Amino acid sequence: MALAIDIQRVSKRFRLYHEKYTSLKERVLHAGHIPYEDFWALRDVEAQIEAGKTVGILGRNGSGKSTLLKCIAGILQPTSGQVVVRGQLAAMLELGAGFQPELSGRDNIYLNGSLLGLSRREIDRRFDAIVEFAELDQFIDNQVKYYSSGMYVRLGFAVAVNVEPDVLLVDEVLAVGDERFQQKCLERVRAFQREGRTIVVVAHSPDLLRQVCDEIMVLDRGELVTMSSPGEAIQAFRGILIDAGAVGPEGEPGVAGSAPGLGHRQVRILGTRVEHPGQAERSYVVSGEPLALHVDFEVAEAVAAASFSITVLSARNEVVYSSATGALGQPIALAPGAGSLSFVFDSLPLLDGSFTVSLDVRDERGAVLDVAENAAKFEVMNPGRATGIVALPLRVELVAPGDARPSLASRTLP
Amino acid sequence: MGTVSEAGVPPAHELLDEVAPLELAPAPARELPARVVAARVSLPVRLKDLWRSRELFLFLVRKELKVKYKGSILGFLWSMLNPAVVLVVYYVVFTYFLKANVPDYALFLFSGLLVWNLFNNALMGSSTSIVAAAGIVKKVAFPREILAMSQVGAAVVFFGFQLVVMAVFLAGFQVAPAWSWLPLVPFALVDLVVLTAAIAIFLSAVNVYLRDIEHLIAVLLQAWFWGVPIIYSFNKVYTPSHRWLGYLYLADPITPIVLAFQRAFYGKVSYVTYADPVHHLGRVVSYQLANYPYHFYLVMLAWVLGIGVVLLLGALVVFGRIEGNFAEEL
Repeated sequence: MALAIDIQRVSKRFRLYHEKYTSLKERVLHAGHIPYEDFWALRDVEAQIEAGKTVGILGRNGSGKSTLLKCIAGILQPTSGQVVVRGQLAAMLELGAGFQPELSGRDNIYLNGSLLGLSRREIDRRFDAIVEFAELDQFIDNQVKYYSSGMYVRLGFAVAVNVEPDVLLVDEVLAVGDERFQQKCLERVRAFQREGRTIVVVAHSPDLLRQVCDEIMVLDRGELVTMSSPGEAIQAFRGILIDAGAVGPEGEPGVAGSAPGLGHRQVRILGTRVEHPGQAERSYVVSGEPLALHVDFEVAEAVAAASFSITVLSARNEVVYSSATGALGQPIALAPGAGSLSFVFDSLPLLDGSFTVSLDVRDERGAVLDVAENAAKFEVMNPGRATGIVALPLRVELVAPGDARPSLASRTLP
Repeated sequence: MGTVSEAGVPPAHELLDEVAPLELAPAPARELPARVVAARVSLPVRLKDLWRSRELFLFLVRKELKVKYKGSILGFLWSMLNPAVVLVVYYVVFTYFLKANVPDYALFLFSGLLVWNLFNNALMGSSTSIVAAAGIVKKVAFPREILAMSQVGAAVVFFGFQLVVMAVFLAGFQVAPAWSWLPLVPFALVDLVVLTAAIAIFLSAVNVYLRDIEHLIAVLLQAWFWGVPIIYSFNKVYTPSHRWLGYLYLADPITPIVLAFQRAFYGKVSYVTYADPVHHLGRVVSYQLANYPYHFYLVMLAWVLGIGVVLLLGALVVFGRIEGNFAEEL
C-alpha cells in the first residue's frame, strides 16, 4: 500500500516571548535582550499514513495535535524533519476561512475554492452543487457581509465538502454546530472513505474518532505516544488523562494541570465477566434475554461517592447505550479492598450483531479514576427477521383502502 | 380484512439500499504528485508551487479590484481621482508658480507618474497584504507570496486604466507619441513589474515581524519619489559639471524605466519655441530629454531587468526562510 502521508521526525519549536515586540522601533530599543522561552510543540514525531486510511489525532489541549495537522497541511513548517504528502491535499481547519465580506457569494465560492486548491474549471463544474448544498440560490449574488451566520457557515461547508482531494485534513472545529450539521459532516467523511481517500481528523474527544477512524495517533506533550487501533489508542489516551487528573465531568479533557495529578490509581478495574442464560451451550445472547455484566475492582483509597459508567457500542462503534450509576442517582461509597459490581439488563432489546462494552469509574467531582475500553464483548442473535440495532417493539395498523370506517387489524412483529 | 403479513413489509436492508446506494468511486490510479513540507524548500520547488497557484493569483487580483472599486464605474472613477489630483496640482504649481518652462508639462509629468503610481500602489498595498490576510494565512495552505503578488497585479491593472487615460490625453493634446520608441514601453513595464514584485514580496514578509515597516515605507517612498526625474527632467540633474549625480540617478533602477516611458510617450528631445509668450525671450531652444541613442535605453533596461530578477529570487529566498512562522506570528 502506498503512503499518503509520511511524517519524518518532525519537530516544531515555538518561541514564546515574554514581551512581544512587533515593530522595528521596539526591536531596536530592546535589541539583544528580548527574553524568550523555547516550547517544543512537537518532538521527533514519526508516522506513516497509508493511502485510503482514516487516521485520527487525539490528545489533550496543547498536546501538539493541531500543530501536527498544520504541519501536514503546510500552514506551519516544521523546525526540523519533514512531511511528504502524496496527492492533492485540502485542509478544512475553519469553515469559510478567507471569505471576503465585500464580495458576492459567487465570487467567494471561486476565491475559496481556489484557495483550497481547485482550478477554475473544477469550480465551474461543482458550482451548482455547491449552491444547492448551501441552499443559497437566491442570495448567491449578494455580498457575503449581508449573510446570516447560518448562511455563512453553510456556504463555507458547501465549498469545503465539494473539494475532492486525495488527502483531506479535518479539524475538530467541524464537529461544532447543530446535530444535522455534524451528521452531514460525518456522512461526507464516510463517502470520502468509500472513495478511497485518505483522511486525517483531529479531535480532543475520542467519541467522534472511534466512529470513523481506522487508526488513531495519540499525542502527549508533543510526543507520539502510540499509533494503533482505535480501542487501544483511546485506552492509552484515557491513561494519559487519568495520570494528568484532568478529566472533567463530561469526559472532556480539561486544560492540562487544572486538577492535581494523581500518582496512583484510587480504583482499579480488574476485569469484567459477561453472564447470560444458556451460556454453557452457546456463545450468543438471544434478543430479549437478560444479560449481566460483572465488574471486579480494587479500591486503594476510599471514595465517598463513586460513579460507574457503562457504554455499549455496536460493531461500527456507535454508542448504543451509555449511562452511569451517578446519573441514575445511585452514588456508591467505596471502602478500600476488593469489590464487584453487576450491571444487569433484564431484557436485552438488541438485534443481530456483536457489541462491546466500555466502562469507567469516576469520583464525585467527575474525575476519571479508571477506564476499561473494550472491557467485554458479546454477540446477539435475533430469531426474528428485523434488521438493525435495536429491537423496537412494533405494532402495525393498516387502514384498508375502500373501508368506510377504519378497521384495525394489528399484529406485533417479533 | 387487511391483515398485514410480515412479508408485506419490505426488509429493512432493502429500504436502506434504496436510500443510500453504496458508491464505489474508482481509486485514483494516476501518479500522485508529492509535496514536501519542511523548514527549507528549494527555490525551484517554490517557483513550481507559485506557478501552480496562478489561478488563485488571478482570483485574488479580481478580488482586490472588486473590493477597491466596489464593482462599479463610479468606484472606478473615484479611484482615478487621486492620481488626477496629483497631476493637476503638480501641473499648476510647476507651470504657473515655479515656471518649469517645460512644453506640454502635463504630458511629461503623466509619463513618469504612470511608472511611479504602479510602483507606489503595489508597495503600499503589498506591505500590509499578509498581515491583512491573517485569517487565511493561519487556516489555509497556499504560497503566501501570492498575496503580495496579487497587489502588484492589481496595480498593473490600474496602470492599464491609466494608460488608456494617457491615450485620451495624447489625442486631446493632439500630440503623437514617439512611435519608434514605443517598443521600449513593454520592456520597461516588464522591468518595473519584476522589480516591484521583488520589493513587494520582501516587504510583505518583513512587515509580519516589524509592523511599523508600512509607515516607514510611506515616508521612504515619498523621499524616493523626489529622487526620480518625474517632476523635473533628467537633463536638470545630468549636467557636464555634475556627471556623477547623473550616474547616481541611473543607479536607481526606477530611473531608466521612467526615462524610457518619457522617451516613448513624451518624446520631445528638443523643443524650439520661436516666440516665448511668457518671458518674451524670442527664440528659445529647450532640451527636455537627453538625446540618447536607442541602445542606451536597451542596455539600461536590460541591466535593470538583471537586477530585478536577482532581487526577485533573493526576495523569494528570504520569504521562504521566514514564512514558516507566519501562522504563529499573526
